[in-house]
Amino acid sequence: MTAVRLADVQKTFPIPSGGETVALEAIELEIGTREFVSLIGPSGCGKSTLLRVVGDLIQPTAGSVEVNGKPAHQARLDRDYGMVFQAPVLFDWRTVEGNVRLPLEVMGFAPSERDRRVREMLDLVELGGFRSHYPHQLSGGMQQRVAIARALAFQPPILLMDEPFGALDEMTRERLNTELLRIWAQTGTTIIFVTHSIPEAVFLSTRVVSMSPRPGRITSVIEIDLPQPRTDQTRESERYFELVTEVRESLRGRVSSSAARARAEGRIG
Amino acid sequence: MSDAAEMARSPAPARSAASLLAARVLQYLPAALVFVAGIVLWEFAAAGTGRRVIPPPSAIAAAFVEEGQLLRRATTATFIEALGGLAIGTVLGVLVAFSTSRWATARGILVPVAIASSAVPLIAIAPILNNWFGILNPLSKMMMAALLVFFPIMINVTRGLVEVPPAALELMRSYATSEWEVLRKVRVPNMLPFFFTALKVGTTLTFIGAIVGEYFGGTSEVLGRVVITSMSSGSFDLAWAGILLGSAGAIVSYLVVALVERLVIPWYASLQREAG
Repeated sequence: MTAVRLADVQKTFPIPSGGETVALEAIELEIGTREFVSLIGPSGCGKSTLLRVVGDLIQPTAGSVEVNGKPAHQARLDRDYGMVFQAPVLFDWRTVEGNVRLPLEVMGFAPSERDRRVREMLDLVELGGFRSHYPHQLSGGMQQRVAIARALAFQPPILLMDEPFGALDEMTRERLNTELLRIWAQTGTTIIFVTHSIPEAVFLSTRVVSMSPRPGRITSVIEIDLPQPRTDQTRESERYFELVTEVRESLRGRVSSSAARARAEGRIG
Repeated sequence: MSDAAEMARSPAPARSAASLLAARVLQYLPAALVFVAGIVLWEFAAAGTGRRVIPPPSAIAAAFVEEGQLLRRATTATFIEALGGLAIGTVLGVLVAFSTSRWATARGILVPVAIASSAVPLIAIAPILNNWFGILNPLSKMMMAALLVFFPIMINVTRGLVEVPPAALELMRSYATSEWEVLRKVRVPNMLPFFFTALKVGTTLTFIGAIVGEYFGGTSEVLGRVVITSMSSGSFDLAWAGILLGSAGAIVSYLVVALVERLVIPWYASLQREAG
């Protein structure tokens, strides 16, 4: 089953000085249900923009975005998306429990159902003991786990994650990666994950989509055939290193070819 | 995974009530000592300069007793004016803030007017307000106070409603929720700390407004008139008693607002503690 289908998606932004910048160009991508797809690339390659186009937070200038067989806009209205950002975006005035309950409140879940799901989600991210804490009483990693619990509370079929572990230290990030894979396996959610960490993308994904900037476009899609479930041993396997290298080269290939072009132009000038 | 290890900012361990009390006393002890020393110094300094310039604290204390009836009535009257002004200014400020943050048209019309209102030298307006609302009507003093309170309330509440992290709005958008829910669940709670900060400023401003209004005429049994008439009759001790009561009114209102703030947004106090 196809979860997301992007056909010839284009996004341009007007720039204040006049003219426009092309954030996304000719994006073609299909993502199957229960896939874990990472979008990777340097800053400005449009990976966050692409995530927001899928989530109907930004309208594409051209092209079509289909999610679960309907337009992205309808999918948002049907509450098909859970979102996790780089900052946890927890509300200071709500406890851990209150934050996870927020989407359930605005979506009109019955109070007993809310309580049940909040408990279930906090157990899922292993924060059951912190339900009455306020966000500022938690570490960054724990805050991000609350954000994940909140995103999953209403069981959205698609989870959109925008560099969710980008602000965390390496140890915490690796631990949360493993935890995210466990949650992914348990919930059966399709995940689209934006990152600029190559090892993270390889460890987590079923496919890695590498992108290049100006204009933002997809340069290659790499199948990650590491066996599931992935563990700390995965990070030490030979295949893992091969794939990390492959992704790195796919990103660098673009850079070196444009460098070559620049050199060539320099010679001509 | 070890959550204890991950707790970067664990709450302070619970301390016994007695040690908390001791810590509080130690915290405020220097300020209290300086205050008492100031009073004592004042008493002796005043004895040297003569009571016409600065009456000694003992003389002011005596005035409290001698003119107790008058001072009580004056304080009550001024307190009512100040609280009325605080209420009017707050309600108007909040209403304008809600409409300006919601509708761009309202913003275009009301914000320039509000900024202009803050530029008006309010003392110049006091006689006009007395004229409009009746010099003997406490409402004229309330309006004076309300004018002073209005601006900080309006500006702060607007900021609190508008300055919401963009990601929080994206999050709510991904829930496909209504603007009303965003207001209720995000903007209003986000605004409350801003509101209480402005309200605390307002508690001192409102007493200034009420007393300035009184200076420009009206009933005689109000703190402003007590200060003016006792100055002109040479009863400086009574004038100082009036001034002290005015300050006490502002301090008490401030403390009440601070207490209400603690009750309404307990998370904010805890956030401040950890940040500080």
